[in-house]
Amino acid sequence: MENNPIIRRLRPADFEPLSAQASAPMLVRPSRSYWQDAWGRLKSNKRALVSLYLIIGLLLFTFVGPLVWRVDPALQDIDQISIAPGADRSAIVVDPFVAWDGVSIDEGYQGDSGLSLTGNPTTQSVKLRWNAMPSASGYRVYRNNYPTQNLAALGLPLLQINNTRQMFYEDRLDLRPQTYYYSIAALNESGQLTGEYESVEADVVRVITVNEVRARNLSDNPDALQQGDQVRLSFHPLGTDYLGRDMLSRLMAGARVSLFIGLLAPLFFVAAGVLYGATSGFVGGRVDALMMRFADFVVALPFLLFMILFQVVFGIGPGESGIVPMLIALIILSWPATARLVRGQILQIREEAYVSAARLLGASQNYLILRHMIPNTLGVILVTLTFAVPAAIFTEAFLSFIGMGVAPPTASWGSMCNEGLKTMLTHPHELIFPAAMISITVLAFNLLGDGLRDALDAKMRSTE
Amino acid sequence: MKQTDPTDFVQAPGDNLTRAAGKQLAVYAVAAIAILAAVMFLLNALAGMTSSAAGMSRMAVDVENNTITTYLRTEPPQMNSMLATDAVSGMVLAHVMEGLLRYGPDDELVGGVAERWQLDGNTMTFWLRDDARWSNGEAVTAHDFEFAWKHLLEPTVGSQYAFILYPILNAEKANNGEVPIDDVGVEAVDERTLVVTLETPIAYFDRMIAFVTYLPANEAFYQQTNGRYGADADEMLYNGPFMMTSWVHGASMQLEKNPHYWDAERIRLDAINFAHMTSDASTLLNLFKDDQIVMADLGSEMLEEAMLQGWTLSQFMEGTVFYTDFNHRPERLTANLNLRKAMALVHDAGELVNRVIKLPGYLPGKSLFPVWLPGAEDNFREEYPAPTYQRDVAQAKVYLQRALDELGLDRLPPLVLLTGDTPVSRIQAEYYQEVFKRSLDIDLVIDAQIFRQRLEKMTAGDFDLVAAGWGPDYNDPLTFGDLYASWNLNNRGRYNNPALDAQVRIAQSSLDMAERMQAFGEIQRIIHEDVVMLPDYERGIVYVSHPQVRGIRRHVIGAETDFTNAWIEAGE
Amino acid sequence: MFWYTIKRLLQGVLTVWFIATATFIGMHNVPGDPLSGERATNATIRANLEARYGLDRPVTEQYFIYMGNMLRGDFGISYTQQNREVNDIIREHFPVSATLGILAVLFAALGGILFGALTALFRNRLPDYIIMFLVIFGISVPSFVLAALSQLSLVNMNSALGFSLLPVAGWGTVSHMLLPALVLGLGTMAYMTRLMRSSMLEVMSSDYIRTAKAKGLSPTRIFSRHQLRNAVLPVITVLGPAIAAITTGGFVVELVFAIPGLGRYFVQAVQQLDYTVIMGTTVFYGAFLVFMVILVDLVYGWIDPRVRLQ
Repeated sequence: MENNPIIRRLRPADFEPLSAQASAPMLVRPSRSYWQDAWGRLKSNKRALVSLYLIIGLLLFTFVGPLVWRVDPALQDIDQISIAPGADRSAIVVDPFVAWDGVSIDEGYQGDSGLSLTGNPTTQSVKLRWNAMPSASGYRVYRNNYPTQNLAALGLPLLQINNTRQMFYEDRLDLRPQTYYYSIAALNESGQLTGEYESVEADVVRVITVNEVRARNLSDNPDALQQGDQVRLSFHPLGTDYLGRDMLSRLMAGARVSLFIGLLAPLFFVAAGVLYGATSGFVGGRVDALMMRFADFVVALPFLLFMILFQVVFGIGPGESGIVPMLIALIILSWPATARLVRGQILQIREEAYVSAARLLGASQNYLILRHMIPNTLGVILVTLTFAVPAAIFTEAFLSFIGMGVAPPTASWGSMCNEGLKTMLTHPHELIFPAAMISITVLAFNLLGDGLRDALDAKMRSTE
Repeated sequence: MKQTDPTDFVQAPGDNLTRAAGKQLAVYAVAAIAILAAVMFLLNALAGMTSSAAGMSRMAVDVENNTITTYLRTEPPQMNSMLATDAVSGMVLAHVMEGLLRYGPDDELVGGVAERWQLDGNTMTFWLRDDARWSNGEAVTAHDFEFAWKHLLEPTVGSQYAFILYPILNAEKANNGEVPIDDVGVEAVDERTLVVTLETPIAYFDRMIAFVTYLPANEAFYQQTNGRYGADADEMLYNGPFMMTSWVHGASMQLEKNPHYWDAERIRLDAINFAHMTSDASTLLNLFKDDQIVMADLGSEMLEEAMLQGWTLSQFMEGTVFYTDFNHRPERLTANLNLRKAMALVHDAGELVNRVIKLPGYLPGKSLFPVWLPGAEDNFREEYPAPTYQRDVAQAKVYLQRALDELGLDRLPPLVLLTGDTPVSRIQAEYYQEVFKRSLDIDLVIDAQIFRQRLEKMTAGDFDLVAAGWGPDYNDPLTFGDLYASWNLNNRGRYNNPALDAQVRIAQSSLDMAERMQAFGEIQRIIHEDVVMLPDYERGIVYVSHPQVRGIRRHVIGAETDFTNAWIEAGE
Repeated sequence: MFWYTIKRLLQGVLTVWFIATATFIGMHNVPGDPLSGERATNATIRANLEARYGLDRPVTEQYFIYMGNMLRGDFGISYTQQNREVNDIIREHFPVSATLGILAVLFAALGGILFGALTALFRNRLPDYIIMFLVIFGISVPSFVLAALSQLSLVNMNSALGFSLLPVAGWGTVSHMLLPALVLGLGTMAYMTRLMRSSMLEVMSSDYIRTAKAKGLSPTRIFSRHQLRNAVLPVITVLGPAIAAITTGGFVVELVFAIPGLGRYFVQAVQQLDYTVIMGTTVFYGAFLVFMVILVDLVYGWIDPRVRLQ
């Protein structure tokens, strides 16, 4: 033993007690509680910060947005239905529409034997006239968005005329400022195509009447407007939907509904599920069995049926959006899944050493559940919470899909997705914007959940 | 001493644990895919009983087998012709069964099982063909018709379309249980002759006979099915161009050419596969694009693509009229004529159809009577043009003020617009909400209900306005004209006008076509002047069909889609 | 274990009875008339229809009659399809939904475990980011959008390839199952990935793993026997309800892919107030769910020896 260098250096003086010292180097960091520590870690987590900014941005969008962008989300701009963002919005002023009798011809007559346009083609109407075709016992009017190549692809059949008396047609169907290709095809006695047809091209110009200009406040001086003046229609930064309503204001209005349901419902039912599951798992025994059976019972109830029922019970009248009953129904019917999850975790944790230790130290049940068990299940809880948010938003969308969601004209992101889905191929912006909003919300909550879990995980508590 | 972050264990590059875990996971992934595949095959074998496409051609057009593949919108709820009420069952029945009369390719009435028929006062006699056969070889007799009609009139059978037989003597009374069934005025004099006695002579009875409820049923066969008649492919006898050879509920149905059909030479297809049952428009379009079905109805958002692809588009007036009905019950605000007039002067069906609904084929509504109805000589709407209101907001406000004065109100409380849950009805309702708000400052509350609840509210009168529609049962204006008769249960707004009732009675009883058409013209005028309802649109359908399949017909009355005259044009 | 199972099964029967009763009450309180049709019927026909369905009796009597029938396995006749018994409807269409649901959940679970483990192992590195991005995509796109998009892509792929890679819609062969199951299971898979990840991270940093490593166990053994097994527990817990939820919630996928499943029938039945179908399907689903839960609990107890079953 004397050969060990450390032992050799020991002297009796080393075993004298130290005298009191005025000061001693402090090698401790300030004591921080669990929550202070968590907050510190949260702040330093970059992804959580990003998500926090996103959420603040969303909240600003929802509450401050409508104050800045003051457009009524229910206002239907019929002249600009389903336009994409950035589309041209100029229009020429014309007189109000008068139905054409097929006989009178305006200036601007575009002559061509056979099928011809009468007057300028505008979004108000396109007037067609044609001369008699020899083989015809009747006619069919076609409109194509693309140049007509052959008899098999004449385009959209607009009208069938079963006599040879009417040789004019005024088209008013959904006219957009683009180029159309009209064709008139001859029919035989049984209404079949004979093979003879004529085509003409029409460049449609967008027009508007003075009354409409006045009604929509598009000009400072509507009375001074003459026919032929140019006017600019209302500005829609994100385009419009299928009824001409401004997408941006609808997104803001929809945010209120979707975020309300998407945030509150999960908060409540996860909280309820956590408490229920924790209690059940902790207490165990018959109480646990009974509680879990009740949870099973709730899960098996048909959601749709009870949604209708809740709406009736709450006396939601026609045309009112039953948002609160929807919220309550969602909460009441969704908590069991969380309860089961938490109960499973608790069953695991219950056997851990520190729980027995705390109990030996005299901890009450409440203290054990709240202070020890729940924080340790936070990882799972947070994941559930961050998934419950889009789930709630989508449930609301599904209800709109089958007609039990919010009532028109109230918007929600889910119902906007539903509508946008139908015009996905031709007007993708109607789907992309609400879907993007949902995705951003989901992303923000996921990142936040990640950050929260990293911050709150007791095992990863940082030490210095 | 610095405590290491436990995750350093797995972060250190080249760590054994990570590598091992990675390898494990790779093995596991392979195992997972194998498990998935195995389970798929296993489940497929187990669930084989509900295969929808097993054994069926997967091509839209099968030239070799002379077969076409198409779809049904939903599972037919009821294939028993005595009880069927919906369009899908009606369409299939029109292919597998045949009545006394049927509609030919140009929508004209031609003889089906009946070779000749004659109206004599209030008796109609039908002489049946000798060669009309059921699919089990037995002859179709007059008794088959007598049995079917009398059976469905029995109150216990509960047929919802029994009312269509009411023109027959004692039919209504028997249906109400007031007289015994044998008193009903239909009798099979012998195997080939059927004599029908009517309550009063009516001119349009032959048009009603072609309706699906008038189809025959073989009594012996019916009794031995023990209540399961029409429930499955083998629980029915067929006397039409095709026979049902397979019916997988909710999934598919197969029809094959009926060799026993008396006019079998006319039928040029060997089989029709209804291989899909879905109503989702995008799914159907995708199936069409994938060459799985021969036709698809198009929604407005699909038209652009259809034109881009150069498909042949066709259009047909489906026959239904859609309108906004008022509640005429005395306690309702909408019972006030001036209020209705105000709303009519703001309502613009043209704008609704052309700017808002934008579906091609829809005609802006002008009248309760649609454009395709036959008149005395030619076409009803040409002989009696429908009067319409032009939009006049200033005048509308005048009427509104009069209404408010009469009702003693400063402002109207919100009115309830009851509507359905389809996309078009929603768009329409939202549009109306805006229009009435902006022009007249009337608040419309939209009450969107699904089918059953909407019907219940309509019957109970729990609405101010309701978006309604009506489809024809037979090819005569009366099927629309009697809608607002005070005794008609389908007059859910409870409109009651003796003048209109009188005109309806004339139309029912008169044998002179010109007189009847004049009555209908009067009805049209009364409805216009009294603003009984606001006509919205007449529905049309734009559809695309396979270029190799010819002769597909679409009817307003009878089968909506008719393949009985279709054939495949080979070699294109 | 045996007695525990028996006890659970008995409790399950009781639960199912509660479900049936609650649904019955709920159903009869929802406004609407199951016998109404577009064409109004006269009083006699109406009375006959009511008599046939037993709707003319007082509600309590209807309840007992119904319960009695149910115990004998007779769920009655559908209101909207008067030729089909509810039993037949369930028997013919449930296997379809179940197949779809089982596949979807299997896909979700296997994929979720795999991807979750990967992201936990390669935390903050490239695989983590890729998978998390896909997860976000999977949960932020609604099922009906996903279904429609996937079908559309398939059509375009088929036409580009010139042959049919997979059928666009329908049911009957293995290739019909693939895409719908994928679409249906994607959302759940994303959820399970996250669960697995979080649970895995916790397990990886726990004491007993360090102990195992210190003990000198091989990395493979640590991973499969300890980490994976413990981390999988939350995933298993949600498996039962997930199967039930997916099987009953596949309505949108069934509609878009024209699959003759029970989900479609159920939603239509609620819309049309088809009493017998609603009751029959709910009771059946309830029983199915209860059974699944019991199964999961048993599996759970087998995997985690610390959980004592009482």
